[in-house]
Amino acid sequence: MSAPQTTSSHTISVLVDNEPGILARVVGLFSGRGYNIESLTVAETDAKENLSRITIVTAGTPMVIEQIKAQLDRLVPVHKVRDLTVEGPHIERELALVKVKGTGDKRVEALRLADVFRAKVIDAKTDSFVFEVTGTSDKVRTFVGLMEGLGLVELGRTGIVAMSRGGEAL
Amino acid sequence: MKPEESATTGADLLVKALIDEEVEVVFGYPGGAVLPIYDSLFKQNRLRHILVRHEQAAVHAAEGYARSTGKVGVVLVTSGPGATNAVTGLTDALMDSVPIICLTGQVPTHLIGNDAFQEADTTGITRPCTKHNYLVKAVGDLARTVHEAFYVARSGRPGPVVIDLPKDVLMNKHDYTAPKKPVQHKSYRPQVKPELKKVEEAIELIGSAKRPVFYAGGGIVNAGPKASKLLTQFVHMTGYPITNTLMGLGTFPASDKQFLGMLGMHGTYEANLAMYHCDVMINIGARFDDRITGKLTEFSPKSKKIHVDIDPSSINKNVRVDLPIVGDAGHVLEDMIRVWKARQPKVDHKALKAWWAEIDKWRSRNCLAYKQDKETIKPQYALERLYHHIKNRDHYITTEVGQHQMWAAQFLKFEQPNRWMTSGGLGTMGYGFPSAMGVQIAHPDALVIDVAGEASIMMNIQELSTVAQYRLPVKIFILNNQYMGMVRQWQELLHGGRYSESYMESLPDFVKLAEAFGAVGLRCHDPAKLDDTIKQMIDIKKPVVVDVLVDKAENCFPMIPSGAAHYDMLLGPDDRAAKPVSEEGMVLV
Ligand SMILES: Cc1cc2nc3c(=O)[nH]c(=O)nc-3n(C[C@H](O)[C@H](O)[C@H](O)COP(=O)(O)OP(=O)(O)OC[C@H]3O[C@@H](n4cnc5c(N)ncnc54)[C@H](O)[C@@H]3O)c2cc1C
Ligand SMILES: Cc1ncc(C[n+]2csc(CCOP(=O)(O)OP(=O)(O)O)c2C)c(N)n1
Ligand SMILES: [Mg+2]
Repeated sequence: MSAPQTTSSHTISVLVDNEPGILARVVGLFSGRGYNIESLTVAETDAKENLSRITIVTAGTPMVIEQIKAQLDRLVPVHKVRDLTVEGPHIERELALVKVKGTGDKRVEALRLADVFRAKVIDAKTDSFVFEVTGTSDKVRTFVGLMEGLGLVELGRTGIVAMSRGGEAL
Repeated sequence: MKPEESATTGADLLVKALIDEEVEVVFGYPGGAVLPIYDSLFKQNRLRHILVRHEQAAVHAAEGYARSTGKVGVVLVTSGPGATNAVTGLTDALMDSVPIICLTGQVPTHLIGNDAFQEADTTGITRPCTKHNYLVKAVGDLARTVHEAFYVARSGRPGPVVIDLPKDVLMNKHDYTAPKKPVQHKSYRPQVKPELKKVEEAIELIGSAKRPVFYAGGGIVNAGPKASKLLTQFVHMTGYPITNTLMGLGTFPASDKQFLGMLGMHGTYEANLAMYHCDVMINIGARFDDRITGKLTEFSPKSKKIHVDIDPSSINKNVRVDLPIVGDAGHVLEDMIRVWKARQPKVDHKALKAWWAEIDKWRSRNCLAYKQDKETIKPQYALERLYHHIKNRDHYITTEVGQHQMWAAQFLKFEQPNRWMTSGGLGTMGYGFPSAMGVQIAHPDALVIDVAGEASIMMNIQELSTVAQYRLPVKIFILNNQYMGMVRQWQELLHGGRYSESYMESLPDFVKLAEAFGAVGLRCHDPAKLDDTIKQMIDIKKPVVVDVLVDKAENCFPMIPSGAAHYDMLLGPDDRAAKPVSEEGMVLV
């Protein structure tokens, strides 16, 4: 039996012990087994229990995605692995810092678009802005795309954090 | 108690923890970073230390010890080169699911990261080749870490675990805390008991099969000797045929009529064709390795597949299965037997009879046949004679890697688990001899034989010194074809017979070599004298190296060339012209 070969993107939440080397374990798993990482975020989320949450966006065939989850789950410091993409509705957010340099019309236009995208100005000089934009990756990408024509000089993105909708916790 | 007695050094504490984990033997090699541990070992007599001659051999010895006893094998090496030398052994143990604890020395915590003398990033290097690893940063964490490491190494799918021990941690003082039993790990809790519903579904499927086959692997060895008994019982209850992987040999008695022999690249004709034509495949503790499946799209296309495995990542990795069951093979078999007895499924005896008739037809091809003449010893013949002389003795076999390994799998018969130690997943030349040392340590009175190739044995030949020191009567049975035979075979089949660098020039005189190390050397090239040589080898209660000069041109058949399907098996030398290997197959290993 051959599995469907279509590739799809999955957002996976992983609850891990916040210990040295844990990120290397996860990243090493992906590089060692040839899985791709589209986005990865990590930070401590439970100081008392010393837990961190890793959010990974990856793409693969259904069989590969199943492997990725099983491989993550068998890492000793991993507590939980959840595939948000298959487990029902969820929300994804990403934050970007976008530095735009320019004067005159371009500067005005950048500010106007920022307003449309509800990006915040968090630094301003006479010839530059730093915007903070939050939203889905799509929205962030679109905003960044627009800024490219308006003097984009630097970009920092957090990668995706995600969680399921409703009252259920991970 | 006086205050200075209440506190123990990290090293003493480590030794206590090992004793509490019921460790009897440690295979190791000293160095600066682990001197405190060696000092603690010196002061006690509960733990035995075996001094190997190379750290790789320490790990293989621990693997042999572990695989032949079901216990955890323990290794102790120093920092830097000691740890890097152990890497091949660790990778080997990971691939073959062998429970190992490897204690590595490390530079003191305040020097970590400074490129200090004999510093290596051991946890970094061993992360991908261990089941888990730890760097112990404070002596207060040491005992707990050791107990947790043993739990991780032996539970679920077993594997190697490294504990990296900075020297200051070994010298600092702290009280010892005994392990809490049973261990409740906060995140690692493998599923041992299967879902009953799945077992019931499996019995339904198994009971209704017309062309069934059991395919049992190393997971049954991992599940303990009882699992092999249950497997045998269940297979007998069904009357179905069974094949074993290389790692599973011994989990079902080879002399049994229902046994089809090993399957896979060098498996039997009947086992592979049964896999191809079956309608229900019952995989228990095997991982659909590429040596088994051959061309994936042609792998057993008509069957419903049941897969029992303790590691969910083994399921649907290479082959999509219809009914996965996560759990320990022993527990699952117990449930299967119970449900089978309760339900008494109506087996289609007529279909089963026809299936056996077909299998018997394949069997009658006699795929392992070879021609022994009066002049040169055929390697297959040497193994048949070896088996004849050992079969009624308490014996254990290890192997190196190559043709001799495959012939050993084909021609030696394994009636019980834990008697066959071979490097399957990594295919590590140099595994067999140190592994045999570990087996001999665990079973001092048994006959332990390393079936070797003349190329492989050179990879850990230094261990002759270890067997001499500890008077381990290990036998090294070299099938000397003066070639890296397996390499030569592929060059013959795939590279136009251009034997690039596969001839073994300048081989040592193995008899003299043995003598130089205080072992006994024997040589045999005459088929008529082979029996005497083998008897002599068995009778000598010392380490013996037997140099058996065998046919240099013999190839190992049957063979499914890589990338080919099960029905595309080469049965002998005449077959190969008819079936040239595809380009696709050539890129595979
Ligand atoms: C030169 C060479 C040629 C080879 N040719 C062949 C060949 O022709 N045929 C062949 O068979 N092999 C061959 N091999 C070996 C091959 O590479 C694999 O190592 C072997 O096939 C794997 O065996 P296995 O599937 O039994 O899995 P193992 O590697 O033994 O893995 C065991 C499986 O069982 C699971 N498991 C572990 N514990 C338990 C438990 N308690 N309960 C349930 N499941 C458990 C594990 O998760 C794993 O999936 C060859 C090797 C070499 C070096
Ligand atoms: C450490 C290591 N290096 C290289 C190989 C590749 N290899 C596989 S079999 C083989 C030849 C083994 O020769 P020998 O030990 O004489 O066994 P034979 O095949 O002749 O029986 C080689 C080089 C390997 N398996 N392991
Ligand atoms: Mg050879």
